[in-house]
Amino acid sequence: MFKNEEMEINLGPQHPSTHGVLRVKLRLDGETVTHCEPIIGYLHRGVEKICEDKTFFQGQVWTDRMDYVAAISNNLGWAESIEKLFGIEVPRRARYIRTMLTELNRISSHLLWLGTHALDIGAMTVFLYAFREREQILDLFEAFCGARLTTTAFRIGGLREDLPPGFLKQAQAFQDRFLACVDEYETLLTENRIWKKRTVGVAPISAEDCIAYGVTGPVLRAAGVAFDIRKAFPYAAYDEMEFDVPTATAADTYARYQVRVEEMRQSHRIVQQCIDKLPEGPVMAKLPKVLKSEVGEVYHAIEAPKGELGYYLVGEKGSGNPYRFHVRAPSFVNLQALPKMTEGKLLADVIAAIGTLDVVLGEVDR
Amino acid sequence: METLASLLHTSPATAWMAVKVLMAFGLIMGIAPPLTWAERRGSAMIQDRIGPNRAALFGKIRILGLVQALADGVKFFFKEDLVPPHANKRLFWLAPLLAFVPAMLGFAVIPMGRSFLSGGTEYHLSLLDPGNGMGMLFPMAVGAMAVYGILVAAWSSNNKWAILGGMRASAQMVSYEVGLSLAVIAIFMVTGGYDPHEIVKAQQGTFLGVLPNWYVFRQPFGFLVFFVCMFAEANRLPFDFAEGESEIVAGFHIEYGSMKFALIGLAEYGHILGASALITTMYLGGWGIPFVADHGQIPVIVTFLVFLTKVIALCLVFIWVRWTLPRFRYDQLMNLGWKKLLPISMANLLYFAYRMRG
Amino acid sequence: MNPAAPFLPVLILIALASVVAVAILALSGWLLPKLKPNNPQDAKLLPFECGVPPVQEGARHRYSVKFYLVAMLFILFDVEAAFLLPWAVTYKAHAWTFWAMLSFMATLLVGFIYAWGKGALDWER
Repeated sequence: MFKNEEMEINLGPQHPSTHGVLRVKLRLDGETVTHCEPIIGYLHRGVEKICEDKTFFQGQVWTDRMDYVAAISNNLGWAESIEKLFGIEVPRRARYIRTMLTELNRISSHLLWLGTHALDIGAMTVFLYAFREREQILDLFEAFCGARLTTTAFRIGGLREDLPPGFLKQAQAFQDRFLACVDEYETLLTENRIWKKRTVGVAPISAEDCIAYGVTGPVLRAAGVAFDIRKAFPYAAYDEMEFDVPTATAADTYARYQVRVEEMRQSHRIVQQCIDKLPEGPVMAKLPKVLKSEVGEVYHAIEAPKGELGYYLVGEKGSGNPYRFHVRAPSFVNLQALPKMTEGKLLADVIAAIGTLDVVLGEVDR
Repeated sequence: METLASLLHTSPATAWMAVKVLMAFGLIMGIAPPLTWAERRGSAMIQDRIGPNRAALFGKIRILGLVQALADGVKFFFKEDLVPPHANKRLFWLAPLLAFVPAMLGFAVIPMGRSFLSGGTEYHLSLLDPGNGMGMLFPMAVGAMAVYGILVAAWSSNNKWAILGGMRASAQMVSYEVGLSLAVIAIFMVTGGYDPHEIVKAQQGTFLGVLPNWYVFRQPFGFLVFFVCMFAEANRLPFDFAEGESEIVAGFHIEYGSMKFALIGLAEYGHILGASALITTMYLGGWGIPFVADHGQIPVIVTFLVFLTKVIALCLVFIWVRWTLPRFRYDQLMNLGWKKLLPISMANLLYFAYRMRG
Repeated sequence: MNPAAPFLPVLILIALASVVAVAILALSGWLLPKLKPNNPQDAKLLPFECGVPPVQEGARHRYSVKFYLVAMLFILFDVEAAFLLPWAVTYKAHAWTFWAMLSFMATLLVGFIYAWGKGALDWER
C-alpha cells in the first residue's frame, strides 16, 4: 500500500558492541534486518605473510596478536604445529603446563566473552564481575611469563622456564574460588527473565548450517554436535585429562551461553587435574640452535576458545622460515554465519548475534 | 510566613507562592546533580569498584567524589558546541529545551509535606491547592510531553541512529501509556478525586492491622503496572530503547554535545525524580508517616523529610535496577505493555469497581 | 476569582524552567564560544555512522513503522481512559453506574480480544 524505503546503515567499525572494528552493513526495514553484510579488514596486518619472513622462533610473537584475548591458545597451536613439522617430542611436564595455561586462557577468554556479551544486551554489571576473575588469571600469566595479554608463552620444544615458585599455590587459590564465581554469574543471568527473553530463540543456526559454513567451537556444540578437537584429535596432555564436552540442542544464543558457562567449569576441572597430576621432569626438549626445515607441510588444529584454530605450515628445504603459513581462524569462519543468523530478525538481535559468535577482530583480519 | 512576607514587602500569599515555586524547581535542580553522583558511586558499589573520587576542590575537598558532579558541569560548559550542518538548526537547539522543561515539572503538583495553618490561612506544600479539579492529571499529561523532546532531538539530528531512537521512543510511548492510565484510574476511583492531597490523605493509617494503609498494599497489581511504566517513562534500563548505547550507540542524542547534551541528561534525572515523586504520592503514602492516621501534631518539616526520604529511596531503586537488569528488545516491550500490563491494570480496575458498586 | 489563578504557580514554574534552560543554552552557545574549542572539520561534521562515511545520504527517508496498527489501537484506548477519568472520580457518589461502565468496558474488551486474536498486537503485522 505505502512504499517503504529500506534504510542502509553502518554498524561499526566504531560501535560499542561490534567487539573491535567489525563493520556490518545493514539494510533495515523499520528495525528488521533485511540484509546483513559483515565487512572486515580494518585490523589487517598481514600476520601470515609476515610470519613467512620470520624464523620459527620469532613467528610466535605474531600469533599473540591474532586472537589477543586467547594468546596462549595461539601460542600453543604455533608451537605444536612446528613441533609436528620437525617431529619434536615435548616433555610430559611441559605438556601439562601448556595444557593448564591454555585452559586458564580459555576461561579468561570466555570471561571476556561473557562480560561483553552481557554488556551488549544491557546487563552492565556482569562485565566487571567477569573481569575481576580475569584479572586473577592474567596475574597468573604475568607470574609465568611476564606478560598479561601478548604472552608468547611457549618455546618450540617445550617451555623456556619451569613454573615460577609459588605459581601452583596462586593457581590453586584461583581454582578454589572460581566455581563460586561462575555460580554468581549464573545467578545474575541464567534464570533472569529478561536475559532469557533476549537470548532464547535468538540468532539460531542449525547443525547442518554450522557444518556447511564450517562453524566450530561452542556455536557448533550448542547446535548439538559434540565436536571438540581436544577429544577428537587430542594434543598437549588432553588425552590424559578427564573432561566432558558440554553440548546443547537449542542452537540459539541462550544455548551458546549455557555451553560456554559449562565449558568454564570443565576448564576449571582440567586445570585442577593438571595441578594435581603435574609430573616432574624437564620442560624443554633437546633442540638444535637453529631450526632448518625439510620440505614438508603440516596442518595442526587445536581447540581455541572460539573454535578450531588451525595452522597450516609449509617448510622449505634448508630455510629457517616457513615457506607458507596460513591460519584457519575460528572467528573468521564463524563470522560467515552472521547474515544467516540475523537476516529477518531485529537490529537488537544482530548485537546479540555478534556477541554470541564471540569474534575477535584481530583474528578475523589477521 | 508573615515575617518573611513583610520583609519582602509582599502579601503572604505571594511570598508563599515564590517559596513553593523555588522549592519545586530547586529540589529537582538540587537533587539531580547529586543523583548523577549517586548513580556513579552506586554503580561502582554494585560492580565492586570505587567510582569517581579524584575530583577535588582546591586540591583537598573531595566529599566522596561529590565534587565530580561539579567538575562535570564545568566540563560540559567548556565542551565544543557543535551543530552539525546536516541538522535542522532551530529544532536542534529547541530539543534540549523541550526535554528539559517537562522534566522540571515533575514536582509541580506533588504535595511535599503536610498543609499547615498560619495566621488563619491554610498553606499547602504543593503548587496546586486542593480543589482545583486538575490534580494528578497534570503530571500524567506532562509526563507524556517528554517524548516530544526525544522526537524533536531525533528528527532534527538527521542521523540514522537518532531516527531509530526516536522511533523507539514513540513505540515505547504507545506501549505503556494505556496500562499506566488504567492503573491510575483505579486509584482515582478509590480515592474519589484526582487531588494529590486527598490521595495522600486516603493512605494514612493502617491496612489489615499490620501494613501501612498505602495503595501499594491495597492495589499491588496496579502498583506493579505503574512502577514498570514509570521505568519506561523515565527511559531507564530495562527500557532505555531510545538511547540503548550498545545497540543504537546513543540513539536520539547521538549528535548532541556540550551543554545541550547536559540539559538532556539533566532532564533524564529530572524524570527519575519526577517518577519517584509520583510513585511516592500515588502508592507510598506521599508525605505520610507509615501507620500514623493523624498528622495534625507532626511538624511540617518532618513530613517533608519523610517525603524526601521516600523519593530518594525510590531513586536509588531506579539506579539499582539499571545496573542489574539487561535490556528488553523493544518489540518485547510492546508485548509486555499490551498483553500483560494492560490486562492486569484492566482487571485491577474492574475488580475495585466491582467491590465499590452500590 | 480568575479561574486560571490556582494554576499561576505552575505557570511560573514552567516559565522559570524555560528561562533557566534558555539561559544555560545561551551561556553555552553565545557567551562562552570564545572560551571553548571550536574547530569543525569535515570528518567531524559528518553524521555519526560508526566512523565511516554514511552509506546512504541523509536519514529522512520513508521509514517503515512496524507498530502503526498498535499505535492506532493506542489512540482508541487512550480515549477510553479519557472517558473513564470523569467516571472514576464521581463513582463513589454514584456507585450504581458500575454496570453502565462495564458495558462500555466490555465493548472495548471485546475489541481488544478481537485485535489480539487477529494478531494486531503482534510485532510486524
